[in-house]
Amino acid sequence: MKKRATGAPASDFSLRAMVYDPKIRSIFFQVSTAIIFVILVWMISHNVAENLARSNTASGFDFLKRRAGFDIGDSLIPYTADSSYGRAIFVGFLNTLLIAAIGIVTATIIGFLIGLGRLSHNWLISRLCTVYVEIFRNIPPLLVIFFLYKGVLGVLPNVKDSLEIPGVHIFLNNRGLVFPKAVWGEGSVWIAIAFAIAVVASLLIRRWSYKRQMATGQQFPIFKVAAGLIIGLPLLVFLVLGAPLSFDIPQGGRFNISGGSSILPEFFALYIALSLYTGSFIAEIIRAGIRGVPKGQTEAATALGIQPSTTTRLVVVPQAMRIIIPPLTSQYLNLTKNSSLGIAVGFPDLVATGGTTLNQTGQAVEVVLIWMVVYLSLSISSSLFMNWFNAKMALVER
Amino acid sequence: MSNTSPHYVRSEMLTPLPPPSSDASAAAWVRKNLFASPKDTVLTLLGALLLILVLPGMINWLFIQATWTGADRSVCATLVQGGTQPDGWSGACWAFVGDRFQQFIFGRYPIEERWRPILVGITLIALLVPILIPKLPRKGLNALLLFVVFPVVAFFLLSGGYFGLSHVETPFWGGLMVTLILSFVGIAVSLPLGILLALGRRSQMPVIKTLCVGFIEIIRGVPLITVLFMANVMLPLFLPTGWTIDNFFRALVGVALFASAYMAEVIRGGLQAIPKGQFEGADSLGLSYWQKIWLVVMPQAIKLVIPGIVNTFIGLFKDTSLVSIIGMFDLLGVVQLNFRDPSWITPVTPLTGLIFAGFIFWIFCFGMSRYSGFMERHLDTGHKR
Repeated sequence: MKKRATGAPASDFSLRAMVYDPKIRSIFFQVSTAIIFVILVWMISHNVAENLARSNTASGFDFLKRRAGFDIGDSLIPYTADSSYGRAIFVGFLNTLLIAAIGIVTATIIGFLIGLGRLSHNWLISRLCTVYVEIFRNIPPLLVIFFLYKGVLGVLPNVKDSLEIPGVHIFLNNRGLVFPKAVWGEGSVWIAIAFAIAVVASLLIRRWSYKRQMATGQQFPIFKVAAGLIIGLPLLVFLVLGAPLSFDIPQGGRFNISGGSSILPEFFALYIALSLYTGSFIAEIIRAGIRGVPKGQTEAATALGIQPSTTTRLVVVPQAMRIIIPPLTSQYLNLTKNSSLGIAVGFPDLVATGGTTLNQTGQAVEVVLIWMVVYLSLSISSSLFMNWFNAKMALVER
Repeated sequence: MSNTSPHYVRSEMLTPLPPPSSDASAAAWVRKNLFASPKDTVLTLLGALLLILVLPGMINWLFIQATWTGADRSVCATLVQGGTQPDGWSGACWAFVGDRFQQFIFGRYPIEERWRPILVGITLIALLVPILIPKLPRKGLNALLLFVVFPVVAFFLLSGGYFGLSHVETPFWGGLMVTLILSFVGIAVSLPLGILLALGRRSQMPVIKTLCVGFIEIIRGVPLITVLFMANVMLPLFLPTGWTIDNFFRALVGVALFASAYMAEVIRGGLQAIPKGQFEGADSLGLSYWQKIWLVVMPQAIKLVIPGIVNTFIGLFKDTSLVSIIGMFDLLGVVQLNFRDPSWITPVTPLTGLIFAGFIFWIFCFGMSRYSGFMERHLDTGHKR
């Protein structure tokens, strides 16, 4: 056999052999795909250039420095209609981050409670939680947002008939929730520093106590000490400084309420709707995670004489976390992306401010590029973080 | 040995005692499931309190106080608002839904032509039901009819312009009809495209792999609304000068591409779960690549990820509501459009309309998830680890 193979080298280079050679086939397919792709990209960019030239649309990112000329209701940083488009888009980006951050926290709390509730032995509670999950998982988030915005917040009274919680100066009307604004006096920065010191100290104590427990087996009430430090130290500094805190109290007027901080109904509707919607998905993830821990683990812990609460904390939760984290990450990302639905009720997030910019300048390509870069970097950075976290939590086998 | 039993052995059976009352009665069930511990008691009471606070008010608003018939806003507005209801009244305005029902289903499709979408709907049901019942034969023919013949027929029937049917332009399409068309096309396109993308992502060829990974990750990384904006604004830019593309088809392209990327990841999960031996076994039998994928790998992979596929379908169905943001009138869009209709403006109209739309969406999604559970049990051949 070997002799024949070496004896007939010419047949290796025949056309037939070439057609059936997997390597040559693979190269052929790849080269042809690459050529088609390049031609497609070239055609598209040619068409785009031609269409843009025909409609006299400028290209490039110069428009970011031009005056925006539109107002934004909700802004974390100073913004007026005289600010630039770039700043408008940045304001939108900050709003997206804000709604994502607090939405994630709230959705996680809701999801955790509902998920545990569905696992409860209590018949009523588990049924209630099931109804919640089945309702919210099966209707579009956009509908939930509209429902809260139009339905619930729509029935709120006018400014002049604002609902007021007497004594604490909190007003509720169809322009949102107005509450006293905290104004920090001089020296407040020390309170923040005290808080930071307390956090760092708690972390150090935790490390020390862990080391000591590993060495001697003695436990240390780390939770109580850390809680005391983190709450107590800033409070102490606050009192020592003579309580440098005053409130800008909103004054109810006939047409408007002046002063104070306010939460707009758009923000509120979006925030609550996203939390409720994502919460129902997180609940299912939590439930699946906890049910994914074999019952033998709990039983073994009980057999060792470990208390139920300790079993949950040290045996069940760490193992459930491994199942929970990957899908949880994608839910967090979904919430971040779903915050773009705020455009439907007029909440100025990245997509909304970008959309207004797009309509005013007509520079679709650039705006879409900005959207893509921002959302892609958000999603990549969060998946990198979660991969790191996942690796940390992963089962370490022999 | 003697045949007679010793005197201390019982000669007849005792009548069985009733089960202990602590285990069988309704009171015992209540004790066990509602009041097992002090914590449970508190939770039960809280839950009951919630029900008492919410349920009667909800039933009252939705059914008892609700208006069921009427021709305009006066039946759903109070005297102050210019209607006939007593002041302080609030209830669901089902008269609004009844009056606008046709619009919610068909949008602005011409009334005398509405038999066309109805016919399409009946055909869809006639083709869909047999494919969903596992026992019925001829699945291949059925699938061919549903996914290849039906869309073509449906397009010509809905759009018209041929065979003596009048042409109905897509801006007149609307309501549930549009929601269903978008979802159907999304599902019909995303499954095959998703399979191809997933195979491409697992391919040994770096160029194809990079392209597939790039497409999947870019689409999955951005919200659907930006993809729709992109389809809406950029697609016309991509085409040669003078070509135009219908708004409806732009949204269709956006939704289908978006769903494909998600579908690809679900299918990839299934592919990764197939043991390497299956691939090698197929190779050693001398099957070609496509034979291997079609006959050996895909049947197993798809079966593993049916829940994921149905979840993607549910997500797609819900996501179609986003086209209302780019100015199309799907179910949600039409319901919203009608809020602004002067003949029905009342404080209760928006809530009623949204509850109706939510109920329709809910029925479809809940039905799909129930069906996926059924399919999972049906296909479970006991090989699951």
